[in-house]
Amino acid sequence: MSTELLAFYAFAALALGSGIFILLTRNLMYAAFALFLALLGVAALFVLAGADFLAVAQLMVYVGGILVLLIFGIMLTRTPDPEATSQTPNRVIVGLGRKFWGLTVSFGLFAVLFLVIVQANFALSGDTLDSRSTIRTLGVELMTTHLLPFEIAGILLLVALVGAAYLAMHRNPDPTE
Amino acid sequence: MNSAIPLFHFLVVAAALFSLGLAVAVTKRNVIGILIGLELMLNAVNLNLIAFSRHDPVLLRGQLFALFVIVVAAAEVTVALAIILRVYHHYGSIDPDEMKDLKK
Repeated sequence: MSTELLAFYAFAALALGSGIFILLTRNLMYAAFALFLALLGVAALFVLAGADFLAVAQLMVYVGGILVLLIFGIMLTRTPDPEATSQTPNRVIVGLGRKFWGLTVSFGLFAVLFLVIVQANFALSGDTLDSRSTIRTLGVELMTTHLLPFEIAGILLLVALVGAAYLAMHRNPDPTE
Repeated sequence: MNSAIPLFHFLVVAAALFSLGLAVAVTKRNVIGILIGLELMLNAVNLNLIAFSRHDPVLLRGQLFALFVIVVAAAEVTVALAIILRVYHHYGSIDPDEMKDLKK
């Protein structure tokens, strides 16, 4: 077993273990920090798949931006105490139904995907990626073949920024809150 | 160099991560928990794209697609959090079960 394979297993276990922790925990803040570990694991898997630029972009965008936004959202919205809500009997019934169906559908989906992946015989021709950096290829492709999607992505980000700022403005203050 | 890890491994890890994200998105009783599940699912899809992109070393189309997925995910989370803040001001809670009507 090579070192790369060992590293792959370690980071895959990190990502999947964090995912399982997110699924099991009831504390949203713990879930956000576990998401941080999961994103780190996925970024390491990106590196092992030869995508160095995307791993860095993943760290910058997800860990530096999205995760901070999520933690801001968690802190700005006070959730009711989970201990208090778990004591109510009808809450337990509703939660059980949702948990049951969610886990059933997820396990079923994983079983189907696993069967498909095992049975699929991908005919992969051509060379695999060598050890050189992908930044040059990505930059040239973004500026030549994929210029239109690149510009559209820029406009999408601008629109999302303006729209989010407009939505988050406190326009009509609610008297009950 | 990179052929040491078979494609099968990446696909299985991505499938497991996607299923976990789906389970999180369905079972969490909180809109931000649902967003965390969505992020996990988007990451799993990116992992698939990048794993297949190893076999396209000249054009790297999979990696380019994953880059655009990251951009769209960032835009989605910003707008979703703005909506969550509005919903929290409106209902005083972000439990998706509480959001029963469009206008109070």
